[in-house]
Amino acid sequence: MNELILRTVTAVVTFIIILFGIQLFFAGHYYPGGGFIAGLVTAGALVLLLLAFDIQTVKTMVPVNYRMLIGVGLLFALGTGLGGVVFDVPFLTHAHGHVMLPVLGDVSLHTAVLFDLGVYLVVVGVTMTIIETIGEEE
Amino acid sequence: MNVTEIIEGLVVLLVVAGALLTVISAIGALRLPDIYTRSHAISKSTTLGIMLILTGTLLHFWFRHDHVNSRLLLAIVFIFLTSPVSAHLISRAAYYSGVRPWEGTVRDDLAERRETLAKSAKR
Repeated sequence: MNELILRTVTAVVTFIIILFGIQLFFAGHYYPGGGFIAGLVTAGALVLLLLAFDIQTVKTMVPVNYRMLIGVGLLFALGTGLGGVVFDVPFLTHAHGHVMLPVLGDVSLHTAVLFDLGVYLVVVGVTMTIIETIGEEE
Repeated sequence: MNVTEIIEGLVVLLVVAGALLTVISAIGALRLPDIYTRSHAISKSTTLGIMLILTGTLLHFWFRHDHVNSRLLLAIVFIFLTSPVSAHLISRAAYYSGVRPWEGTVRDDLAERRETLAKSAKR
């Protein structure tokens, strides 16, 4: 059947959803948001792509192995925890401070963002693994 | 009347108009005879109603709290884009799964196409 309207709108709307997910991720420290909800929103954008196109097309569009994504996210979370141990403070102690970056100037950075990135990757990976596994079963 | 009062009046007008439009679409969902007329009532008037309410919210936070919430702008655009498409998809799914229009209908341009699709589905 002709899916022109759905596909055209999906092409426009997916970018808005992914941008909203990124905004939720980076706003998480000061406003409502964070890794979990940003991961779910990003997975939602990918599910919209799955609804508009078939599973093979989406795999070529977004060539990501979601099971690897879970592992990488867990490594990020573990790495930020072990970073505290390296500097002789308790496990999962976070550090923060102001850093001068070449283009962006004075930026306030916190290692909790890396932990949040791990949460984000795990949430995207788990959600997409569940949905693709259910979708592939014939 | 100063500017603040005009803006407040505008906000009240927008929110009340949006709420009224949403109520009208709910009445339409109850009163209209078949899925196509219902989809016509629900998709258009709720889309405009929600957009009006969100515009009122945007103006309120802009002028009373001096905060431009770009998420509201994005939500207005998003609802304007997606809500008619969802109504289109629901109506089309209903049509091709064999939901008959109201008996007062005089014209069905897609009937031939539906028959061929039904035949190919049987095979």
